[in-house]
Amino acid sequence: MNTLLTLDKVGLVYHSPSGETQAIKDMSFEVNEGEFTAVIGPSGCGKSTLLSVIAGLIRPSEGSVKIREREGGGSGELGYMLQRDELFPWRTIRKNVVLPLEIKRRKTRVNVEYALSLLEKYGLKEFTDHYPDQLSGGMRQRVALIRTLAAKPELLLLDEPFSALDYQTRLSVCEDVFRIIRKENKTALLVTHDVSEAVSVADRVLLLSPRPAKIRKEYLLDFGRDTTPLKRRNDPRFRDWFELMWRDLNYENKR
Amino acid sequence: MKTKDNFSAEHLLYLKKRKRDDLTVAAARISLAVGFLALWELLFQVGAIDGFIFSSPSRIAKSLVNLAKTGELFMHAGITLFETLSGFVIATAAGTLAALALWWNEKLRKILDPYIVVLNSLPKIALGPVIIIWFGSGLKSIVVMTVLITVIVTTITMLGGFTATDGNKIFLLRSLGAGKMQILTKLVIPSALPTFISMLKINVGLSWIGSIMGEYLVSRAGIGYLIVYGGQVFKLDLVYAATLVLCLLATGMYALVSLTEKLTVGKK
Repeated sequence: MNTLLTLDKVGLVYHSPSGETQAIKDMSFEVNEGEFTAVIGPSGCGKSTLLSVIAGLIRPSEGSVKIREREGGGSGELGYMLQRDELFPWRTIRKNVVLPLEIKRRKTRVNVEYALSLLEKYGLKEFTDHYPDQLSGGMRQRVALIRTLAAKPELLLLDEPFSALDYQTRLSVCEDVFRIIRKENKTALLVTHDVSEAVSVADRVLLLSPRPAKIRKEYLLDFGRDTTPLKRRNDPRFRDWFELMWRDLNYENKR
Repeated sequence: MKTKDNFSAEHLLYLKKRKRDDLTVAAARISLAVGFLALWELLFQVGAIDGFIFSSPSRIAKSLVNLAKTGELFMHAGITLFETLSGFVIATAAGTLAALALWWNEKLRKILDPYIVVLNSLPKIALGPVIIIWFGSGLKSIVVMTVLITVIVTTITMLGGFTATDGNKIFLLRSLGAGKMQILTKLVIPSALPTFISMLKINVGLSWIGSIMGEYLVSRAGIGYLIVYGGQVFKLDLVYAATLVLCLLATGMYALVSLTEKLTVGKK
């Protein structure tokens, strides 16, 4: 398997008038193509900051971030999915989905058709000309994923994308997002504080320490690539993984 | 959803009640105006109030007809309308552009912040003498006064609208590699549209204050001039007639802005 993302001894120091904070320290890991990696950690440990560094929105103070062999991270090849769908309420679903193409000045007929075909493929075609406030929270988050995929990113960065949804919707959107990511054969990096969510979607889970964030542990999950989140939740191994990570996470918290 | 042909009896009753409520409101509105005017006229006719000071609906109507016949009414109304509209357009455009510049350049915003606060607090009418000396005693001074009264509030309101843009949406655009110009055109301006519309509504009121106040200070013509002149020569019929025209013009302008709102924001 090819390595898609490489972090090499990444460190980040925040400066504010009241002082400086080491947010990330000496972090190194790799993400392979097609892999679904989840990052869990205590709240406030810098998980979201890590994604911003990978996306090239914050420059690391030390070390390097490489996507394929390109230095420095970059926005061109990345798709970001946030807690809320952040759909623009004055744009129709169609116009929301092609937004990344407009920003990247790649709004060709072929690319627009690809984006619209994703809407059709994942059952949102009839809402193409609707406005976001006419859709349910779950549908909106699916549209947000399709918007993220529209520019064909190599790497998806998911920043707690289900946390704003209610429990029922969260399970079903999580299921859909997992299927879509597998079907489109995308590489994804998910950040979450929800251990069960990490166990239900990832091939590999990285556990971060409290600030300054460092990788404490790595878990290689053995559910198999095509076992969907709901199937995993019914699998006896699910509880074992959950308990193991839960214990490690709380151990980290107490230290 | 049931359609018009097969409503239940209950629903028909509900519709009937709603219609009756609407009619009641409309009837009450009209009778309030008619009753007020009738009472006013009656009190004048029986001599309970002094027509010289309080005038009466019939005297006001007569005064309006006279003004209309000589064409003075349209001349004065036209001049004031021109002053108000020019002030409104200039102030709205300049204020919005200033707000854009301040949004774009955070350092500039920080530097100018105290000056904007002072300019906003200053009663612009205090600048009257200076404006007259600089711009002469005519239409130009009145437009300048209108712009001064309106432009600072426009700048502050629009800057508030621009800076209130959802930070997560800006983050999303930045993660897609958007530059500042793209963030401005794709996100900041569209999301400030409701603020823009409510700013227009505020500006309708402010620009009328500006033009009438300007006419009080310097003018030889216009609705404000008619009011001041009428007051000076104790022709109160004229004062009331001019005030009525002012009400109609200002309401008409507000209605136009509301219509714009329906056409833009309503449609999204």
